[in-house]
Amino acid sequence: MITLTESAAARVNKFIANRGKGLGLRLGVKTNGCSGMAYVMEFVDELQAEDTVFESLGVKVIVDPKALVYLDGTEVDYAREGLNEGFKFSNPNEKARCGCGESFTV
Amino acid sequence: MALLQISEPGMSTTAHQHRLAAGIDLGTTNSLVASVRSGQADTFSDAQGQHLLPSVVRYQADVAPIVGQAAQAAITEDPLNTIASAKRLMGRGVEDVKQLGGHLPYHFVTGDSSVPRIQTAGGVVSAVEVSAEILRNLKQRAEDTLGGDLTGVVITVPAYFDDAQRQATRDAATLAGLNVYRLLNEPTAAAVAYGLDQQAEGVIAVYDLGGGTFDISILRLHHGVFEVLATGGDSALGGDDFDHAIAEWLLQQAGLEGSSDQKVLRTALVVARTAKEALTTADSTVVSLGAWQGELTRAYMNELIAPLVKKTLMACRRTLRDANLTKDEIKDVVMVGGSTRVLVVREQVAEFFGKPPLVNIDPDRVVALGAAIQADVLAGNKPDSDMLLLDVIPLSLGLEMMGGLVEKIIPRNTTIPVARAQEFTTFKDGQTAMSIHVLQGERDTVETCRSLARFSLRGIPPMVAGAARIRVTFQVDADGLLNVTAQEQTTGVTSGVEVKPSYGLSDTEIETMLRDSMQYARDDMQARRLREQQVEADRSIEALDAALKVDGDELLTAEERSRILAARDTLAALRQQTNAQAIEDGIKALEKSAEAYVEHRMNASIRAAMAGHRVDEFKG
Repeated sequence: MITLTESAAARVNKFIANRGKGLGLRLGVKTNGCSGMAYVMEFVDELQAEDTVFESLGVKVIVDPKALVYLDGTEVDYAREGLNEGFKFSNPNEKARCGCGESFTV
Repeated sequence: MALLQISEPGMSTTAHQHRLAAGIDLGTTNSLVASVRSGQADTFSDAQGQHLLPSVVRYQADVAPIVGQAAQAAITEDPLNTIASAKRLMGRGVEDVKQLGGHLPYHFVTGDSSVPRIQTAGGVVSAVEVSAEILRNLKQRAEDTLGGDLTGVVITVPAYFDDAQRQATRDAATLAGLNVYRLLNEPTAAAVAYGLDQQAEGVIAVYDLGGGTFDISILRLHHGVFEVLATGGDSALGGDDFDHAIAEWLLQQAGLEGSSDQKVLRTALVVARTAKEALTTADSTVVSLGAWQGELTRAYMNELIAPLVKKTLMACRRTLRDANLTKDEIKDVVMVGGSTRVLVVREQVAEFFGKPPLVNIDPDRVVALGAAIQADVLAGNKPDSDMLLLDVIPLSLGLEMMGGLVEKIIPRNTTIPVARAQEFTTFKDGQTAMSIHVLQGERDTVETCRSLARFSLRGIPPMVAGAARIRVTFQVDADGLLNVTAQEQTTGVTSGVEVKPSYGLSDTEIETMLRDSMQYARDDMQARRLREQQVEADRSIEALDAALKVDGDELLTAEERSRILAARDTLAALRQQTNAQAIEDGIKALEKSAEAYVEHRMNASIRAAMAGHRVDEFKG
């Protein structure tokens, strides 16, 4: 199960509407970064056969089975820090992070 | 944790490798910075929520220069040290400035430098340095907003900017610590913001009415490439003149005409501007100046500014004539600049071109937004299919090969920026250097192409011919600047050169070169085949001679040897003539006569390699 907060869902919907196409939001992990894994967020134009689709506050969240192992239980929020703003992951599987927070280990 | 943005499918970057890119509209009056985040282009505000940064820098003794709003506020109080409109001085010489001199209050320093320099309380500064301060401020704003260092930026310049003005803009960016992906013409940026580059063809007019300048540009979009057909305008006409026209009427109404009280005049201008802005939505507005109060209707304001709007349309007509086009050939009209918010301007432009202009993107921000979209593409954040085709290579770029042939590395009409690499090898045993000759053209031989540059790669370790691997990379950046580098793969020794590929080539020359390449295609093909065979013959003879010197005496009988030598001499003679087929046959004949010898040599070298080893060492 993966969920979005209200502000995250509103943003994703706005970005997809603005982009003019897209089925939803893909969350994933990549095995790089300085501390194991890194989060990936992409627009989705095509579903893959093995994808799992969650629906959270009207947004389709799409995850492949490999990434789901790392991401199950994650909540995605949209936050503002000073002038910077963007998405934030709270992932219960996460054990440690690199100093900058771009990558994590489980 | 770091804040994340959504990427295009398959385009998410590795952690710590985000390519943050921004577009910068470096304007005469105001500047802006924008970037694409999660697929959306936005301009960035400062901490006070202001998007427009006044292009004004104030220099004071012993403190860092002040940029923007605070500097603008000091213009009347400290005019000599507060530099505005530095863009008008970019890339200009001392002589040009004398002509502009009447308008500029600054204290210019006469020195031996050809660049005009201004004396301020904070030291002597040039227009490039003033612009760099503005860029530094926008860079900081973008990095604070994006939460990381900028990889590169796209900066917009007026379409009429010449090379010197463009170079000055680049210099300012370098000074501000920015990597410039490319400079983009302002009207092109506006067209990109409206997505007009996604169409196949069409002629577009960009009507840009700012505070103090008016520009009209006619662009042609052809296979995704924007070409500037003509530009025109008036460098001393803008929304400020609207304010003056309204202010004059106000002074007249209030019985204050002819007043020389600066305070009254300034107040009149402020009231005029407020009224002008109010009338973009309201039909009439209440105005007051001193003791007088009255009403200004939109219809009456339109009358007051009508002569000014008419002036812009006359410039449009002239520019269309320069471009050899009629009004109905214009497919889209794009509105840029804050003064295009004035409704009568929109109406008049619509009437002139016979179609409603595009106005739904904020005209103050549209240029910065287009630059941001372009920067995002150049940073590599978009899949290739979405690539904007803004420029192409007019003629193929290549290298001279043995025998005077040209190997094309980047074919003509390839969109830039582009990088292509190819591996080459040495021709002779023990060759330690390679001469690299960069050429441009469509023909197959060196004499018929244009030579761009030569350089050599030294320090190749001695190896047998064909063993060395030399990777030659051609890289053309978005401004058409070509970089050629050669690197030997085992040692990493590198050498390179930078050239401007289209430099000095006129359109007619390019056309002639293209026509010739088609006309002489057959000749070229034959020439290529002959040269190839000649090179091959030379290589065979050279390899044979080298082998004979090493072990010819041991492995060959006198009879075998003379037969091989006969074939060798026949080939050497054929090589001097121009029959490619005969040379090819000669090479085959030589190979055949030497077949047995090659076999002997191979066996001998295997024996030598295995001597002193047991058979089971070679198993598995």
